[in-house]
Amino acid sequence: MPPNIVTLSDSNFDEEIKSSEEAVLVDFWAEWCGPCKMVAPILQEIATEQEGQLRIGKLNIDENLETARRFEVMSIPTLILFRDGEPQLRIIGAKGKGQLLQELQSVL
Amino acid sequence: MSGIRDVIIVGSGPAGLTAAIYTGRANMVPLVIEGEPSSTGDQPGGQLMLTSDVENYPGFVDGIMGPDLMGTFRAQAARFGAEIVTAKVSRVDLTSRPFSVWTNGDSTGEPTFQGRSLIIATGARALMLGLPAEQQLLGRGLSTCATCDGFFFRERAIGVVGGGDSAIEEALFLTKFAKSVTVIHRRKELRASKIMQDRAFRNPKIEFRWDSMVTEILGNGSVSGVRLRDVTSGEESTLDLGGLFVAIGHAPNTDLFRGQLDMDPNGYITTHDGTRTSVEGVFASGDVQDSVYRQAVTAAGSGCMAAIDAERWLEATAHAAEQAQSQS
Repeated sequence: MPPNIVTLSDSNFDEEIKSSEEAVLVDFWAEWCGPCKMVAPILQEIATEQEGQLRIGKLNIDENLETARRFEVMSIPTLILFRDGEPQLRIIGAKGKGQLLQELQSVL
Repeated sequence: MSGIRDVIIVGSGPAGLTAAIYTGRANMVPLVIEGEPSSTGDQPGGQLMLTSDVENYPGFVDGIMGPDLMGTFRAQAARFGAEIVTAKVSRVDLTSRPFSVWTNGDSTGEPTFQGRSLIIATGARALMLGLPAEQQLLGRGLSTCATCDGFFFRERAIGVVGGGDSAIEEALFLTKFAKSVTVIHRRKELRASKIMQDRAFRNPKIEFRWDSMVTEILGNGSVSGVRLRDVTSGEESTLDLGGLFVAIGHAPNTDLFRGQLDMDPNGYITTHDGTRTSVEGVFASGDVQDSVYRQAVTAAGSGCMAAIDAERWLEATAHAAEQAQSQS
């Protein structure tokens, strides 16, 4: 797994997001979600390609429901891009790599 | 573009991947254009990617998860030499052979792929209600995928629109999380299979609103309820809900082929003599040509038929070409 993919939890979320110099794209996912499984390898690729510019945070919503609730996640996969600790962009639902990059480009 | 393929398969649900297994085993080195990830049924693996337990696919005594089943289909196709490309077809040209396919938004210039035969297995997608608030509320309390989103509706009152098998399946699944599930159906009886109906009627968490149509989805930021109209009396009412799931039926993914292949009035590709379409060398299998059965096992079966039809057609055309050559 690329080094700029971090596992997030209810306990380390704020610290990881706030202390990050790069933007963090948080992937709210779960084991039982088919579309999440489609997105995971794409995020790995994006992490490798954008190293130094972007980090990917994986948040398992089964184990970390509090954070998912706090950001009003009601559908997975949901991707939220944080910069300087603040949410900047929300992408709901699985997307292909081209479309994901296009949406991220507007903010990155 | 890397040479002309014997067979290109568009779609990667049970039909497309079964066609890939069979054409792969026939040494035809099929190219499967599997689609792009999405949260709808129009994605690699197809509609089964949005289901949980599949209980009626033969061979799995205790059932299997939909995404796991499609993972095995894909691995089996790859084992026999299928080349699988993650891309969405943006245009096809079926007017001349070899057939041309463009992907990822391209529609002009050199085609991305060319094939002597084409198997269409693009499946069907879930229909939406077509109401104005739908796009804003999708993923914010409005969902077409209970297995993806049901988890977020713990202890809430949820509505499910529809009366077929998929609606009842979603309703039953949602009872694991929800406080209550109200099935909203525009008729006074369900279309779902007997076993699903029995399960639904026995479940104390499921209520029914018969003869009812959703006329408006309410909610500012997220779903808070629906406005319903009684189709017999015309009476309007409001139902408070913390989430709404839509399962009102399907439409075939055939926009790509419109004007090039014969279709029925609902847009399903019409087939004859097995899986043959109105264009010689183009075959259709699975939900894209089946509005009746729409099962994983029937889709897989017709994918197998398309593979055999394509293989025999290719052999026959090659043979005819050879004969023509030897006579001249």
